[in-house]
Amino acid sequence: MIPCQNPDRLYDVIIVGAGPAGLAAALAAWEEGARDILICERAAEAGGILGQCIHNGFGLEIFREELTGPEYAGRYLDLLADTRVELLTDTMVIGIDGHETTELARGGRPGTMLHAPDCHRVRVTGSSLDCRDLRARAVILAMGCRERSRGGIALPGSRPSGILTAGAAQRYVNIEGWSVGRRVVILGSGDIGLIMARRLTLEGAQVLACVELLPWSGGLIRNIVQCLNDYDIPLLLGHTITAVHGRRRLEAVTVSAVDPRSRRPLPGTEQHYDCDTLLLSVGLIPENELTRAAGIPLDERTRGAIVDENMETATPGIFACGNVLHVHDLVDYVSAESGRTGRAAARYALSRKATPTPRSGSLMVLPAGELSYVVPQRLTRSGLARSQTLYGRVRRPMPEAYLVLESDGVVLARWKRERLAPGEMIRLNVPAAILQQAGGSLELRAEPAESATPDRHDVNRPAAMPPEN
Amino acid sequence: MKQEVICIVCPRGCLLTVDSERDWAVSGNHCARGIAYGRAELQHPVRSLTTTVAISGAAIARAPVRSRGELPKETLPEVMAALRRCRLEAPVRRGDTVLADAAGSGVDIIVTRDLDRVTETEGEPA
Repeated sequence: MIPCQNPDRLYDVIIVGAGPAGLAAALAAWEEGARDILICERAAEAGGILGQCIHNGFGLEIFREELTGPEYAGRYLDLLADTRVELLTDTMVIGIDGHETTELARGGRPGTMLHAPDCHRVRVTGSSLDCRDLRARAVILAMGCRERSRGGIALPGSRPSGILTAGAAQRYVNIEGWSVGRRVVILGSGDIGLIMARRLTLEGAQVLACVELLPWSGGLIRNIVQCLNDYDIPLLLGHTITAVHGRRRLEAVTVSAVDPRSRRPLPGTEQHYDCDTLLLSVGLIPENELTRAAGIPLDERTRGAIVDENMETATPGIFACGNVLHVHDLVDYVSAESGRTGRAAARYALSRKATPTPRSGSLMVLPAGELSYVVPQRLTRSGLARSQTLYGRVRRPMPEAYLVLESDGVVLARWKRERLAPGEMIRLNVPAAILQQAGGSLELRAEPAESATPDRHDVNRPAAMPPEN
Repeated sequence: MKQEVICIVCPRGCLLTVDSERDWAVSGNHCARGIAYGRAELQHPVRSLTTTVAISGAAIARAPVRSRGELPKETLPEVMAALRRCRLEAPVRRGDTVLADAAGSGVDIIVTRDLDRVTETEGEPA
């Protein structure tokens, strides 16, 4: 990779974000033949969140060996070292095609441009370029996600210091070398929270409990074993925090059991934990302000853009991949998806097409049953002629399940899967021979194997995420 | 006696059954690494260790490190204590040894990130 050479020229592909998605997309676009590629990164260095994820478990799929986060990022930087992909650090993208993110904050309307212009304009601001528009035939959105914070879960009680997200604590400990506290409670059992339970224990803190609202953990089972069980940290499923105590610094939290159906705290079950630190690991939210401002339609289920099999959004020439598209649990999956996106964006740029991709004949793929979403949400006519990988998640754990692909009420295919869980993304390869049979609609359904005819209108079924208000 | 353990070798997390009376025979695994894990876990468990070490002269305060291979589980506190006494000086490169033969295990602790030397004027990151 090299620094930005000439910001006035017309790039083939501009990529927003140099995290794992942006790096993999850039490498693939280069390999596909694009030669004018620029990555815009708001931090001082490439690599994104991988720099603070010092634990191992990365790369088993892409590199066939177990790497730490910094090593995984280092491998991609090594692969990109031989290319002339340009990297612009300390630079933030604030708008696309004239639609700035601040317009939405001021109550303005998002853009409505859905036609394909000759090129897209990417408005950046940063120390080296001031504020200006850069031009590219194709744009890849790879901004990643951010953590849901205290406000997002309406945590009750006072507002002392000592309450922070698990990812913020991870940065403080692993990059800055600060201690975050001595007696710690963790709310939420996502992977970052589990990893931090082990990390803080190794650093000498006492992690008292990991508290999870749902009756199951959203983290990988290996992390329950090696981060909680190894250190005898209790996992309190079906519990939540009902009070926060302390004025200047956190002094204690109250933990209560919840009713499994309503998720309301059960009076009389309160437990008191003296602690100086509370970590929140309560979900990740794709960072789509740019997407929204540009008027690109989002999927309310994934909170990411609606894309086709090329990861192209409804706006021709604008693509999205990685955690900004839907939250992944493994970086290897992000890299694979982003590689596919980078190749498609390069092909788009190199074909220099200025006419919209024909949308006629494309089909939406709708999730049904226990499946909470499907990505890509749309398959174009040419996409339906080829084998495709579909991604999705289930709403609740199922020991045995079927994935059923239907078109116009006719079952095209069924796949049996074992041990599906909300914390583990499904990847399903659908052969071309099956997709070619699709009629006027497509539906992908997950159903438990134990019931032949599941009740698809069960209103008491728990939702995937905790309430957000 | 048969005991169940969850394999932590990869994200799949297989539920293994290990039979100590049949030469630690492992079942439930989806790959060969599960056999090695299951046998070791009930006889002499090992773990990889990842942590950080203080570094001066780099853009960040801590250099990430890992064990090159797995350490006996019971040695982790001793290795952590030894690493707390280590001080690195930038530049360092991926694979540089921080601590050789950690706690007499025969396993080295190595750096996992390239960190260049920054001059005083560049200072700390924002």
